[in-house]
Amino acid sequence: MGAENNVLELSNITKTFPGVKALDKVNFKLKKGTVHVLCGENGAGKSTLMKIIDGVYKQDEGDILINGQKVSIKDPLDAKKHGIAMIFQELSYVPDMTLEENLWLGNWPRKGPGIDWKYIRTYTTELLKKEGLPYQPDVKLRSLSVSDIQMLEILKAVSNDAQIIIMDEPTSAITNKEVDKLFAKIEELKARGASIIYISHKMDEIFRIADEITIFRDGRSIITANAKDITVDQVVEYMVNRKIENQYPKVETKVGKELLRVEHLTRNGVFQDVSFHLHGGEIVGFAGLMGAGRTETMRAIFGLDPYDSGSIFINQKQVTIKNVRQSIQNGIAMLTEDRRRSGIIPILSVRENTTLASLERIFTGGRLHPREEQKLVAESCEKMHVKTANYETPIQTLSGGNQQKVIFAKWLLCNPDVLIADEPTRGIDVGAKREIYNLMNQFALDGKGIIMISSELPELIGVCDRIYVMCEGHISGMLTRDQFSQEAIMQLAIAVHRNEEELAQ
Amino acid sequence: MNQIETKNVNFRKIISKYSIILILIIIMVMCTIADSNFLTVNNLLNVCRQQSVTIIVALGEMALIICGALDLSAGSVIAFSGVLSVMSYKATGSMLLAFAVAILISLFINFLNGIMVTKFKAPAFIATLATQMVARGAALYITNGQNVYEIGDYTVVGQGSLGPVPIPVVFMLVIFLIVAYLMHHTRWGRSTYAVGGNAEAANASGINTNMVIMKAYLLHGVLVGIAAVLFMSRVNGGLPAGADGYEMDALTATIVGGTSFTGGIGTPWGTVVGAFVVGFLSNIMNLMTIDSYIQQMVRGAIIAVAVIWDIYSKSRNTYRKGK
Repeated sequence: MGAENNVLELSNITKTFPGVKALDKVNFKLKKGTVHVLCGENGAGKSTLMKIIDGVYKQDEGDILINGQKVSIKDPLDAKKHGIAMIFQELSYVPDMTLEENLWLGNWPRKGPGIDWKYIRTYTTELLKKEGLPYQPDVKLRSLSVSDIQMLEILKAVSNDAQIIIMDEPTSAITNKEVDKLFAKIEELKARGASIIYISHKMDEIFRIADEITIFRDGRSIITANAKDITVDQVVEYMVNRKIENQYPKVETKVGKELLRVEHLTRNGVFQDVSFHLHGGEIVGFAGLMGAGRTETMRAIFGLDPYDSGSIFINQKQVTIKNVRQSIQNGIAMLTEDRRRSGIIPILSVRENTTLASLERIFTGGRLHPREEQKLVAESCEKMHVKTANYETPIQTLSGGNQQKVIFAKWLLCNPDVLIADEPTRGIDVGAKREIYNLMNQFALDGKGIIMISSELPELIGVCDRIYVMCEGHISGMLTRDQFSQEAIMQLAIAVHRNEEELAQ
Repeated sequence: MNQIETKNVNFRKIISKYSIILILIIIMVMCTIADSNFLTVNNLLNVCRQQSVTIIVALGEMALIICGALDLSAGSVIAFSGVLSVMSYKATGSMLLAFAVAILISLFINFLNGIMVTKFKAPAFIATLATQMVARGAALYITNGQNVYEIGDYTVVGQGSLGPVPIPVVFMLVIFLIVAYLMHHTRWGRSTYAVGGNAEAANASGINTNMVIMKAYLLHGVLVGIAAVLFMSRVNGGLPAGADGYEMDALTATIVGGTSFTGGIGTPWGTVVGAFVVGFLSNIMNLMTIDSYIQQMVRGAIIAVAVIWDIYSKSRNTYRKGK
């Protein structure tokens, strides 16, 4: 393998931020026409390295070589000129602009003082046709799905003739079917000679597409290996530097009495006739494709959204839930889907975030009891293994996993019977995931019932006692532990589609 | 190494938290050097009296901004409720009634502000701009644009003193203590920070965000009502065109005092200190007979500096977190 094979080469990259060495003499080689996966826990340095490649940060030491030439990348625009395209974890686009406007954003071809719209239209239409994407150039991006927009980002990269495409957790918000589409696209890009750097936490994905894998830990690249020569367990081991015996620490619990029963719950056009039950000590999973109505159903039960008909029984007693307060009083708690959007209050302290849902316990008799608050926060955060310098730090300075643990601590203070967790491990590294599973087990051992929504099937299979599968707003089936398999779940998740297709034929 | 890092960060935190007090002290020292009349009991009490009305309104604005709202109608509401208060005092001679009228009217208008913002999801800026115009128009309409004079003992609360302390200052201090208590020691106060910090997360934690914002408008309503009486009393009459732009003075004090316009951050004491920073600067410029137009330019510059500082210090925080 000659040097000319390496489209990108990084040698001895070091980057220090005040107080932390984010990258320590990192070496990295990207071969032409390959997919190179980067793994590592959050904070291991992957994103910093990518930002250096993309020109967001400047390295303190070390060289960047593109096609064997030493280059210095000043900013993302400069990176673009070097054929580098970055597809961000959070997609960047203007929702109220059209596809073509977004595609050309900041790069509009000029015609005199104005923009050459005609050229844009012709070129865009052609490009869309060439890439086989079924969109109109004047469609507003707001009306497209995350995966559609991701395809467009890739299209943008392709239209810029990018040789190096960086994808930072591109599948964190798209369905399995869309993942297949994405992977097909990646294969296509490879065939054209583009090279891809792919960052992901998801082991099954990594092994589907990787040619090479580099594992990061604590700002160092620990090992680079051919994907064929390494196993999932080894990857995880290198990442956390300790043997993870079992990714899913399932414990046996005694199934207690019925805590929650939902009958025929319906919100017109969103979910229909949803019935299920949950007992104490159980962890019940909800599987389904994105848009199947899982989150919406749970939000309705938690009082965040309304429902049109149906009944909810808590501890065998029927309740009406119109708002979150009522559901908290009825013993329901919910970790919402998007931690940053609806979970934490970033600028407030860990203490204030922890007591947010149980203010009535610390403000009694019309005044605050600071010592009581300190006590509750300490108890609950310790029980949830929150790692923080002190409880007065703003929660936004904590890692994702620790933020999630604070939210667990918040709900622990409410002493709920039923805990609904919507994608509780999304965007959290492997070590912290395991801790989250342990916390859920702890809840279950205390005789509480847990509902877990997740798009990661291995996680549901590893953690749950039963799994309900939803499809297009209906519950399409329920599986018990002995029936668990990815295939069985997927079949139920796409059940309605199939029935409709059969009817159509 | 780690130890030093933490200490360093804490030190910086303390500096940034109390920087406004430092600025106040620097300004006072500079004023003392610049003009020998500055550091006299009389002058200082005078500034306190002048700033009292601003501070009372500013404390209300602060609560609103912390929970992510805003009020632009305060100046007009002072005029409208103040004029009616003066009229009812002239008709009955009851100071109690005068206060009640001012507070009730101000409460009502701010109730409307609250309804528009919470129920109809109108942006606070637009909603309160609308009531600003309505209230000013109403004040001018009921008085035919004429000032109401000969208000008798109505002037006592604005111009009188309790011992050496001007009565408006007494009002201001009591209100400050009440607002500080509400913000830091009640469930509502804690909720305002949560709602301003992230309304969606607050809602998902069982906090009735609409109610929190509405209560902030009602508190603000009471404060503006009291401010209206003190203002009319100090200026010796019911001025339907008076208190113009008072909401801006109040907002300036709030922002200079460290309340973040993006919500979730701010303290009552900071607001008071911010008001005095602005007040002392105006005072020294008056003492030095600096042109009033230039004074206005300086005030504008102060707002710009305060806002840039707020954004800069926050972006530095995110940078540090961002690694």
